[in-house]
Amino acid sequence: MIASLLIRLARVISGARPVWTKAIETDRQRIFFANHTSHLDFLVIWSALPRAMRARTRPVAGRDYWMKGPVRRHLSGKVLNAILIERSPASSSPEAKRRAAGNAIDWMAAEMGSEYSVIVFPEGTRGTGDEISPFKSGLYYLARLKPDVELVPVYLDNMNRILPKGEALPVPMLGRVVFGEPMELRRGEHKEQFLARARSALEELREGQG
Amino acid sequence: MNFPYENELRSLPLDMPLMLLLGGVLALLIVGSIVGFILSWRVKGEAGRATVANLNARLRAWWVMVIVFGIAVATGGIGSLLLFGLISFLALREFVTLAPTRAGDHQALFWSFFVLLPLQYYLIYIGWYGLFAILIPVYGFIFVAVRSVLAGDIDQFMARTSTINWALMICIYCVSHVPALLMLEIPGYQGQNAKLLFFLVLVVQLSDVLQYVWGKLLGRHRVAPVVSPNKTWEGLIGGVLSATAIGAGLWWATPFTPPQAAGMAFLICMMGFSGGLVMAAIKRDRGVKDFGTMIEGHGGILDRIDSLCFAAPIFFHVTRFFFDVSDQVVP
Repeated sequence: MIASLLIRLARVISGARPVWTKAIETDRQRIFFANHTSHLDFLVIWSALPRAMRARTRPVAGRDYWMKGPVRRHLSGKVLNAILIERSPASSSPEAKRRAAGNAIDWMAAEMGSEYSVIVFPEGTRGTGDEISPFKSGLYYLARLKPDVELVPVYLDNMNRILPKGEALPVPMLGRVVFGEPMELRRGEHKEQFLARARSALEELREGQG
Repeated sequence: MNFPYENELRSLPLDMPLMLLLGGVLALLIVGSIVGFILSWRVKGEAGRATVANLNARLRAWWVMVIVFGIAVATGGIGSLLLFGLISFLALREFVTLAPTRAGDHQALFWSFFVLLPLQYYLIYIGWYGLFAILIPVYGFIFVAVRSVLAGDIDQFMARTSTINWALMICIYCVSHVPALLMLEIPGYQGQNAKLLFFLVLVVQLSDVLQYVWGKLLGRHRVAPVVSPNKTWEGLIGGVLSATAIGAGLWWATPFTPPQAAGMAFLICMMGFSGGLVMAAIKRDRGVKDFGTMIEGHGGILDRIDSLCFAAPIFFHVTRFFFDVSDQVVP
């Protein structure tokens, strides 16, 4: 019930119209990756998915934030069924960070199993919406662990104007959720190559909106 | 202070003329729908079919709009206030989406949507004409500029603030003049202002439809080829004259004599045409075809009310100047 309420709310606030560039079957496992500018982003993508797909699509979020307090814990655990990952504190050594990131990816792949799709934001943090930041390498490692899973670029339009970083109150402009053509990690493709290709897929959806 | 116009808000104004107006519009829609249905069987060829499909989509949307509007008018002033408040909200949303605003405008926009807009309609509700008339052009004008400048972003400052002010004037101020007609005090017409509202909306929309029809039938010479290639002199003259004639024929539902009703209808049509043209220029400027996708076959809500935006305040003030008695000053 809370989930459907959240979905309605996200739809009303963002006025988001889903745009599919290609019809997709609902039963395939996917990694949706999107640009990240607003707290609304996950909910907006989630609410744009067909109902059958939504039930098997999980967000990925930081454990430190979502385990704080009973409300967040309930939302992330029971309502959104989020995959919570450990984020290493900013002060830790590069080596420890790399190890934590590797563990997080393993954990995500294990939680996905052969059933769940996930929504990830490979920029790593919310941006201003002026441009799409370079991708973190997590998407590459996850794709390598899950070679059969389709990667779907999702461009979120106007969310940065509806609820920008640092604002608590939304302005109800009209947003759009554009689902691009699915892609996959090519055999022998280098990390940088792949991440650049994935990022340019989002750039293309952004340019193509007219 | 007493508000004699409370009658307009509370009473159910379903008198005979209003029933006739509503019935007439429904009859018109039924005829239109039958024609559309026959055309969908008769017309062959790709282009013809597309036109008929668009016509039928528009007709379906008209049914919804007429029913919503009918319910709003029939429930007295409150219904109209709520309906046009909602229209303002949706229109503002479409307008601001196309505006080049930045993060620094976020607070100003939030206040526009959730404070200025409801306040403007609340002022109509309590009948405070003095503040209603200046809320947006004076207080809103200054507020938007000050709130945005406090955010400290000077990039494109003039363009951003001007656009937001335009959005407020068009979507809130102008649109709110439709239900504001309920505030007018016209001798011998108390408790009947809902029909004035009906008259305005009917003439504006008929003028749009008839310009479209005359344009499709006879249109050759373009009025404004750069701004709006579909508008032709033939459509304009035919549409305005026929809508003016219909408006004159509806004098019995208004406080006007037949010649006055004709003059008012003509004014409404010309303002409607100007509004449509200006909004078309705004769309061209922003590089879009429609303001939105809300109403099937019509585009966004702003695409449907573009002509109403300019017609409403002018009709309101001309009517107020010549017919209203609330604050007549003897020179």
